[in-house]
Amino acid sequence: MADEPLVLGIETSCDETGVGIVRGTTLLADAVASSVNDHARFGGVVPEIASRAHLEAMVPTIQRALDTAGIKAADLDGIAVTAGPGLAGALLVGVSAAKAYAWALDKPLYGVNHLASHICVDQLEHGRLPQPTMALLVSGGHSSLLLSEDITTDVRPLGATIDDAAGEAFDKVARVLGLGFPGGPVVDRRAREGDPKAIAFPRGLSGAKDPEYDFSFSGLKTAVARWVEAKRRAGEEVPIADVAASFQEAVTDVLTRKAVKACKANGVDHLMIGGGVAANSRLREMAQQRCDKAGIVLRVPRPGLCTDNGAMVAALGAEMVWRDRAPSSFDLSADSSLPVTEVSVPHTDLHSAAHEALRS
Amino acid sequence: MLLLAFDTATPAVTAAVHDGTTVLAETFQVDARRHGELLLPAVDQVLRTAGVDKHRLTGIAVGVGPGPYTGLRVGLVTAAALGHALGLPVYGVCTLDAIAHQARTEGLTGPFTVATDARRKEVYWASYDASGARVEGPAVDRPAELSPEQRSVGAGALLYPETFPGAHAPEHVSAGALADFAATELAAGRELLPCVPLYLRRPDAQVPVGYKAVLPA
Ligand SMILES: [Zn+2]
Repeated sequence: MADEPLVLGIETSCDETGVGIVRGTTLLADAVASSVNDHARFGGVVPEIASRAHLEAMVPTIQRALDTAGIKAADLDGIAVTAGPGLAGALLVGVSAAKAYAWALDKPLYGVNHLASHICVDQLEHGRLPQPTMALLVSGGHSSLLLSEDITTDVRPLGATIDDAAGEAFDKVARVLGLGFPGGPVVDRRAREGDPKAIAFPRGLSGAKDPEYDFSFSGLKTAVARWVEAKRRAGEEVPIADVAASFQEAVTDVLTRKAVKACKANGVDHLMIGGGVAANSRLREMAQQRCDKAGIVLRVPRPGLCTDNGAMVAALGAEMVWRDRAPSSFDLSADSSLPVTEVSVPHTDLHSAAHEALRS
Repeated sequence: MLLLAFDTATPAVTAAVHDGTTVLAETFQVDARRHGELLLPAVDQVLRTAGVDKHRLTGIAVGVGPGPYTGLRVGLVTAAALGHALGLPVYGVCTLDAIAHQARTEGLTGPFTVATDARRKEVYWASYDASGARVEGPAVDRPAELSPEQRSVGAGALLYPETFPGAHAPEHVSAGALADFAATELAAGRELLPCVPLYLRRPDAQVPVGYKAVLPA
């Protein structure tokens, strides 16, 4: 049992109610109930709508995962849950449910970090992560470059966005172009018919004196909006496919360039890309080309595992059990700003120490 | 009958065990911002104090509000998950009914109104007749728009003395009273509520006002 722990993971940090079940590094079930359609007309995730949906979906999604995996809840070796970062009220639904299941079933509870889970999910696809692993996490909520020696204890932030997340920029550009929400998939689709070199949009934070591994997408977003408005004002037709392709090219250029640079500078020969934006076809393509050229092994999970899901939480939970890491206590908090350095939340005093350290 | 009861719809985090006749154990902590941290340890503690193994429980009774949403959901998702994992029925109780039940147990007679704090200068409220039956509500309103009964209880009533003169305790709900209410109703063969929150308000959501231009007009 100890070598192939059976763990259920719960994820409710944003608008997906995810429940995954894994045995070691094998995925047995990945049940997701999404409230994304309820948010579409608002152009972004509405926290209260997400929290209501999590409550409704929780028990049915757990049952669906158990049925798919063909296991009984009593067979589990642990329950893992996203303790943060994310939307406070949404996280709280998942954390409360996880506690109740863990307590009722007499199983250990593991409150884990959403970002570390995004990295660990790749174990379900490509086997155990090499140590160290470089990770580029890009989604509507995050854009970070992380270096991990041990995914259960040691995740170090090398850089992050200083303004918008990459996925947010996709959403905003999609809105400018009138393509709807969420923006990622539709911009990707329209970009395929466009010319990525048509418009030279700016590459944020790419100057010699700029922070090496930080990102900025706010200026790019504004540049796209200005360009489109100027066209409209001149009474000209907006070449949507070219704008989408050129914008996407600017985003993926910066992301992959910095990720490869970070690998080389730190002597890391593996790069994993996770988060919803990792589903972007151009990002995958460009990352592959640049990694091949630099002799870096690229690991990108399939798109379904890149977006928020319970399997990634279960994957990290299983790794926690396998490595005999300390479980969380039943007074575990949902922490909307859980530092990325805190892979799991064993108990309250360590937790506040990590927050202190990040502030100083 | 062996009921586990709890409520997170008011600033109190409270849990109790009830054997169908009496409250075996009860916990009560007031901390409006820490429902999530406090509830499960309180559940664990109250069962230990009562000397009851969780596998011997016959049902779960939970306050379904109305109450501030974030805290309310902690209780409801916990009840739903415990019911699922332990194979137990979950009985919903209107939190205001539980407060009314407690007020009557403590000697309040005649028609009265229960009001809790709904924040944003509003109260969640319901009115009860002399027999203790709910005759109005639950609803959420500004106190000035209400014409409550002469007697009133609850933190929402205490907060707005112009609308609720002479309001008094109980301020928040106690799980012991909630369990006793549920046990009484079940024994009488009456149905309780489903494990679904009484939000009473639609979610706050602003539709963005079109796309905002960045170029100067
Ligand atoms: Zn995510």
